[in-house]
Amino acid sequence: MEVNTLRILFTVISFVAFVAIAIWAWRNRNSSQFKDAQNLPFDQD
Amino acid sequence: MQNATVKAATYNDTVVRQFSIMAVVWGVVGTLMGVIIASQLVWPELNLGLPFTSFGRLRPLHTNAVIFAFGGCALFATSYYVVQRTCQTRLFSDKLSAFTFWGWQAVIVAAAISLPLGYTQGKEYGELEWPIDILIALVWIAYAINFFGTIGIRKVKHIYVANWFYGAFILAVALLHIVESAAIPAGWMKSYSAYAGVQDAMVQWWYGHNAVGFFLTAGFLGMMYYFVPKQAERPVYSYSLSIVHFWALIFTYMWAGPHHLHYTALPDWTQSLGMVLSLILFAPSWGGMINGIMTLSGAWHKLRTDPILRFLIVSLSFYGMSTFEGPMMAIKTVNALSHYTDWTVGHVHSGALGWVGFVSIGSLYFLIPRLFGQKQMYSVKAIEVHFWMATIGVVLYIAALWISGVMEGLMWRAMNADGTLAYTFVESVKAKFPYYFTRALGGFLYMTGLIIMLWNTIKTATSGKPVTVDVPAVVAHA
Repeated sequence: MEVNTLRILFTVISFVAFVAIAIWAWRNRNSSQFKDAQNLPFDQD
Repeated sequence: MQNATVKAATYNDTVVRQFSIMAVVWGVVGTLMGVIIASQLVWPELNLGLPFTSFGRLRPLHTNAVIFAFGGCALFATSYYVVQRTCQTRLFSDKLSAFTFWGWQAVIVAAAISLPLGYTQGKEYGELEWPIDILIALVWIAYAINFFGTIGIRKVKHIYVANWFYGAFILAVALLHIVESAAIPAGWMKSYSAYAGVQDAMVQWWYGHNAVGFFLTAGFLGMMYYFVPKQAERPVYSYSLSIVHFWALIFTYMWAGPHHLHYTALPDWTQSLGMVLSLILFAPSWGGMINGIMTLSGAWHKLRTDPILRFLIVSLSFYGMSTFEGPMMAIKTVNALSHYTDWTVGHVHSGALGWVGFVSIGSLYFLIPRLFGQKQMYSVKAIEVHFWMATIGVVLYIAALWISGVMEGLMWRAMNADGTLAYTFVESVKAKFPYYFTRALGGFLYMTGLIIMLWNTIKTATSGKPVTVDVPAVVAHA
């Protein structure tokens, strides 16, 4: 495969991955997992 | 057997204490260097006619001292503290912790000796010669093993967002440092870059801008995501936003470097790409800033009485301001005016003094009393005084250089009707005198604030004593 094709693929995959992360993070905004994580700094001392 | 369990169940705060104290010390030293060179620009005779005290040698000493000595120690201290607290476990290795502390101090001392002597690779923010570069790489690898090792032995399931930012900072700086420092030695303190021509320039600014992005941003965002919630006593505004913030920065920062090379021999498409990616960076930067500031939502009254919280929140205002200014200056037509002027220097300092400095100072004021078994700093009044001196100092500094930068940019491009230049270069230098004076005054105020902080730190440390904190026995479900 030509190197530029690989570069294009990498950019497109990165973009799709980012959009997927954003959708996942937004859909889980009220999950207990996120609530617990949010409170991690307060779990001690 | 029982003793071993007891010993293992405490946090390693010795290394946090060491780095915290040295952050304050190097903060004073680094800003003193800045005040000296700012004064040299007003009164050139202050270089004393000696090569060791000339501007060209002290300027890299100033930048290295504030970024790597002050900022570096603050990052080591807070990352070691935060990773232990949010993973609820002791640091991976006490030996590696001690090695990172003493190794990093050795790097700083080596810089303080070799730079005034004139040993330099001539690359901005990467001036140190190759033997020191190797020591930096060793310390950094030890740091990475220690940090990620601690995450590996964590007692909670989730890795808190602050650790993601610290982790990205550690990995990216390792990569940047090793690529930037590639050189062919030509003697013990002399080397030649492994790259040539425009590739050398591009590697330099790929490194230079990502040093801003990962050393001076990602690491300090890690600080923000722990110390702002702690001091405000409420969890971060949106955890979803923090995740999107993290990945947006990671996916875009690496490409912004070419905006340092507009209108140079760098191919035009690379310049335009750098400009576009710099503009995109505005979104994650402001997303992060809003997440930090909105953490205070419903608790705004705390700003009235808590100078530490004020340091942290004002740091985010400066972060927002400089991350608006940065993308704007990366636009090629704006850059045509701003490049090579004092505007750039002003922009850097609104980020460095306002954002990086304030968030570190706020975090250290949170940390230092706790490390010495105290409820708060020796003098809260002194924090208040420090806050106002630092704020007035930064505002004087950046306002002076905005005026001076735009003025000299306009003077350089002004033309007479016949197409000749309206001003000679020296006329633009002469016109800057009052602004250089104001800048030196602003820097002096900022440094004096840090001296008050040093006094307050010494008083807090001597009136308390180092404490050992137990890791909580009950493992959280998070």
